[in-house]
Amino acid sequence: MADEGTPRSAQLAVAGARSATRDALTASSHQDRVTGAVFFALLLLGLGTALLGLVTILIWSFVEGAPRLDAELITNGPSTLSPETAGFRTAILGSIYVILGVIVLIVPLGVGAAIYLEEYADPERWWNRVIELNIQNLAGVPSIVYGILGLAFIVRGPLDLGFVVAAASLTVALLVLPTVIIASREAIRAVPRSIREGALALGATEWQTTSRQVLPIAVPGILTGVILAVARAIGEAAPLLLVGAVTFATFNPSLFEGGYSTLPVLIYNYASRPQEEFRVLAAAGVIVMLVLLLAMNSFAVWLRNRYEQNW
Amino acid sequence: MQTPQIDSARIAETSHGLERSEIERREKVFTVSDLAVHYGGMPAIEEVTLDVHRNTVTAFIGPSGCGKSTFIRCFNRMNDLIPAAKVSGTVLYHGADLYGRDVDPVEVRRRIGMVFQKPNPFPKSIYDNVAFGPRVLSMKGSLDERVEGALRHAALWEEVKDRLKDSALGLSGGQQQRLCIARCLAVEPDVILMDEPASALDPISTTRIEDLMHGLKREYTIVIVTHNMQQAARVADMTAFFSVVVAEDGSARRGVLVEYDTTAKIFTTPSDKRTEDYVTGRFG
Repeated sequence: MADEGTPRSAQLAVAGARSATRDALTASSHQDRVTGAVFFALLLLGLGTALLGLVTILIWSFVEGAPRLDAELITNGPSTLSPETAGFRTAILGSIYVILGVIVLIVPLGVGAAIYLEEYADPERWWNRVIELNIQNLAGVPSIVYGILGLAFIVRGPLDLGFVVAAASLTVALLVLPTVIIASREAIRAVPRSIREGALALGATEWQTTSRQVLPIAVPGILTGVILAVARAIGEAAPLLLVGAVTFATFNPSLFEGGYSTLPVLIYNYASRPQEEFRVLAAAGVIVMLVLLLAMNSFAVWLRNRYEQNW
Repeated sequence: MQTPQIDSARIAETSHGLERSEIERREKVFTVSDLAVHYGGMPAIEEVTLDVHRNTVTAFIGPSGCGKSTFIRCFNRMNDLIPAAKVSGTVLYHGADLYGRDVDPVEVRRRIGMVFQKPNPFPKSIYDNVAFGPRVLSMKGSLDERVEGALRHAALWEEVKDRLKDSALGLSGGQQQRLCIARCLAVEPDVILMDEPASALDPISTTRIEDLMHGLKREYTIVIVTHNMQQAARVADMTAFFSVVVAEDGSARRGVLVEYDTTAKIFTTPSDKRTEDYVTGRFG
């Protein structure tokens, strides 16, 4: 706004200059705008396709499984005789046990490996380059291969644990470990060099610098990697079939003894039966699994945010 | 580089009246002889020989790429962190070889502190930033007193005493740099190295840091790298001028020490033509 006292001519000059500036700033060619709109549409299409798949599964599971969304679904054990009252209790517990075992294994191993590779390993040495290349490759190995490995070396072979939850945890931990290592390395690498230099210049040792400055800053990124790994682990069925997730565990699992089942395996089993009631049960099982996954991920996200606030 | 002509009268006024003989009578903290640093076989700086004396401020000046930052990092073995860097020649610290076989760089760094070009506070509270050094070194005595003492020394206490638990990242750039100085003082070093400590700061913060240096040199030996010649003129007792030598085929550039003398001499009657060109702003 021009002041009261400003001459009319000056006000006009200001207004003219302003509109010229505005024109210069808004002038973008027709073609630029079309290109921008097309690109934006493509992005939306990509996002839409991804969401459509997810929403379809969700809606289908809810519609199909609605008749069986009751308390018995999680309190009752599985049954082949009475699908109307059969539930997922033992499989839910089996999945939780396996996942907790996986978390206990992958966090120290994955973070430890990432710290070694980022902070201590000399990238010039050939063995470190070999390790690095192998971790990248291992992340792409099909899960069934880990199942065979687990069967040969963990269930039987040197470890000889038998078909138990602990063997399943170990197998799945090996499967998702590369993901955790890669994500943790990214998080550690993202910590600015100046922070390390600042700590070292004060006379801190390398370990003090890593444990007290670098790791706390990297925790949110590491947790993101763990969330991704757990999300993958909870949905895995193929390797577990090989290491003994027997389908009809009607008893609660324990870590080192007896058979067990997990949600994806039991869902698969129900879904492959011809009777309509089992299909309904499988759909309801999908919802249970999604809820379990969502609950675990929410907890991890909450944990991550808590660390981010505390810098 | 555009640098205003330096007024020699003003230099004389601001210099601290220390004669060369007076400085040289003081104990030698560092004795550098024929030092060179190579990065992956390429020389970054070569043939440096100079002494740093106790309770003085020694400034390294020179154009970009002359290796002055590389050089100052030799004093606390910061170059060890760069795998490709190789240091040759000797650096004696109170007569002991800093690069000796059984010297632990961690011990070196706790005696020889460093303040970096860009303030690098840890993403923690103000208190925890200053307390980090004493904690990792398990220093005895009251931590609270030590933190307060360091912050007072760095002329930051009055500004932060009511918010020690707040994030250090909430401080202004100048305050962050003084926090980094306080953090360095908290571990009671013998020497403080400063690598362009004020280059990222506004003029008022720069003045505060310079005033701080005047006070600190009574207890510490200070070595500072700066690209700001007025700053060297204002704070330093001794000044070393580094320059770049380009190989005849133009392929390699390396830094060399051109002249090392009292600040007054370097800025008023330098003996080397290159120094004169640089300090009078004809070079750049």
